[in-house]
Amino acid sequence: MTDTRQASRMERRFAALKQENRPALITFITAGDPDYANSLDTLLGLPEAGADVIELGMPFTDPMADGPAIQLANQRALASGQDMLKTLQMVRILREQDQDTPLVLMGYYNPIYRYGVKRFLEEAAEEGVDGLIVVDLPPEHDNELCIPAREAGVHFIRLATPTTDAKRLPGVLNNTSGFLYYVSSTGVTGSAAPTPEKVQQEVEAIRANTDIPIGVGFGIRTPEQAARIGQFADGVVVGSALIDCINKASTPEEGTQGVLSLTRELAAAVRTARK
Amino acid sequence: MSTENTLRQGPDESGFFGRFGGRFVAETLMPLILDLQEEYEKAKHDPEFHAALEVLRKDFVGRETPLYLAERLTEALGGAKIYLKREDLNHTGAHKINNCLGQILLAKRMGKKRIIAETGAGMHGVATATVAARFGLECVIYMGSTDIHRQQPNVQRMKLLGAEVIPVTSGTGTLKDAMNEALRDWVTNVHDTFYIIGTVAGPHPYPALVRDFQAVIGEETRRQIMEKEGRLPDTLVACIGGGSNAMGLFHPFLDDKSVHMIGVEAGGEGLDKRHAASLKGGEPGVLHGNRTFLLQSEDGQIQDAHSISAGLDYPGIGPEHAWLHEIERVEYVSITDQEALEGFKALCKYEGIIPALESSHALAHILKLAPTLPKDHIIVVNLSGRGDKDMTTVTEHLADELAEQ
Ligand SMILES: Cc1ncc(COP(=O)(O)O)c(C=O)c1O
Repeated sequence: MTDTRQASRMERRFAALKQENRPALITFITAGDPDYANSLDTLLGLPEAGADVIELGMPFTDPMADGPAIQLANQRALASGQDMLKTLQMVRILREQDQDTPLVLMGYYNPIYRYGVKRFLEEAAEEGVDGLIVVDLPPEHDNELCIPAREAGVHFIRLATPTTDAKRLPGVLNNTSGFLYYVSSTGVTGSAAPTPEKVQQEVEAIRANTDIPIGVGFGIRTPEQAARIGQFADGVVVGSALIDCINKASTPEEGTQGVLSLTRELAAAVRTARK
Repeated sequence: MSTENTLRQGPDESGFFGRFGGRFVAETLMPLILDLQEEYEKAKHDPEFHAALEVLRKDFVGRETPLYLAERLTEALGGAKIYLKREDLNHTGAHKINNCLGQILLAKRMGKKRIIAETGAGMHGVATATVAARFGLECVIYMGSTDIHRQQPNVQRMKLLGAEVIPVTSGTGTLKDAMNEALRDWVTNVHDTFYIIGTVAGPHPYPALVRDFQAVIGEETRRQIMEKEGRLPDTLVACIGGGSNAMGLFHPFLDDKSVHMIGVEAGGEGLDKRHAASLKGGEPGVLHGNRTFLLQSEDGQIQDAHSISAGLDYPGIGPEHAWLHEIERVEYVSITDQEALEGFKALCKYEGIIPALESSHALAHILKLAPTLPKDHIIVVNLSGRGDKDMTTVTEHLADELAEQ
């Protein structure tokens, strides 16, 4: 990364939050869950509800790193006909009304590979995608997507996990930009988080090696947890708890309302995290 | 990729056979598969490891398995001379145990306490439960709910052997879904758990190490055919689910240009309908840790496979096969459910052997191929397993014929 380059939307957002001395609220929903129209409504409502960074899942038939809640979200989205074109279209519509909230597409490699890496990156950058999280592309496969993404001006956000030891950490940090996503527990999405003290220790060990912001995810469900983790993390990621609002809702509209109202509570919590 | 000298060197250091293979896994699993690779490299050069494996192969599994001349089948088809490599005679009834023995020895070396596996037909599950019992390790098997229904005897077997069988209901409840669930377990229980993958798929080093443990099939075949015929076979035929019994037979012969090899995929209801033929009907993609040919939609969503045999019901194929297909070293064909039943019946009728439905795909191809070849043409078919487990499926399909008897 060269110093003369303009700061990206993601970098500007994290810098501003640092000024405010509060963590980012990073929300995850799956594109097309439970259907295109309602998912779009939810997405468009997120910035106003207080999401600082949006993660939008690209649905996949075989979400190997996800627990039951997000598996169901993927199934609903695919059943309703969601595909890559529609996911990119959702980003375009969001960008028509919001140019400040960073958006990260998250998912698995195969749908991108099949779409064509070059075409995908061109269109993603064009529509205003700021970053990518691709679960099944470790640093060993940087040539596949990570390096082309950087060249296209899209951050490649890597996951670090409790099994990422001192030996692997430099490789994980190398080429990572935007923020680093620290997965607080081994296991799939939706599993319980370890104690905040333990997570804090691990985050601080990583922070000694990098200047980029560190977001923490996996197992953060409540405003209280978000505030606690937000005391030391630069961002808190909430996914399964939001998706559960859609799981539990008796109508799609109720799902959207559920997601947005939990987002509001979480947003209030991260604002008090360090007070 | 260099093909001048040998085709038997792959994969490269990153786990690639040509453009196929690799290690497409979540960061949480990366350190584990690197550990496994390191331990496997050590074991490969450790005479004690090989000695332990040798004793178990001989006294526990009953190797070597015979190379059997199928005289009446040969006569009935009136062409090529047909030999069967009798993997069906292995303890637990299929080739799967060859791989499980090797991997459980690795698990022991690595000090792992808990074994997990996915299974389709249940043969790999039974073989895994068997070696786990033999070594006193806890064992959890993931099996699709559809497969649990069609392979009941194997479910009971696994339970008797002390394994916990966890039904997987996501997707179509078959092998691919069981593999997803096993990966989810592994990513959760990273410290004490060893994942015994049942075929030549998954992230590097699995495709290579499973192949190496199965290569005993081809090594024995080579020795046995030299004893019986004084020359190499002309054609090798094996069925393909993920491709482990086929890789095991083929690998020791890859550099013998005179040996033609045929992998038989499951054509299900036909390639224009539901099937499991990833090479003939799929496109390159990334799933379960490797790049290979996959049944998938235009949008990169994995499609459900279909085969009469649970063991072939997988939408992918091992990366080494994808490569051998691309460089045209091995020929790949497909056989439908109906044709497989004909292969099944023929072996019962002419040889008094009840084959697994998986292996019946290879046999069905022989029914087509052998009559077109001269009598001095030697074919070796891998009889990868026995058919006891398939009685329910077969009797359902052949109910009318059996009633008439
Ligand atoms: C008897 C038998 N043959 C073949 C297979 C297919 O597996 P592979 O292609 O790895 O040999 C199975 C899988 O369960 C099996 O049980």
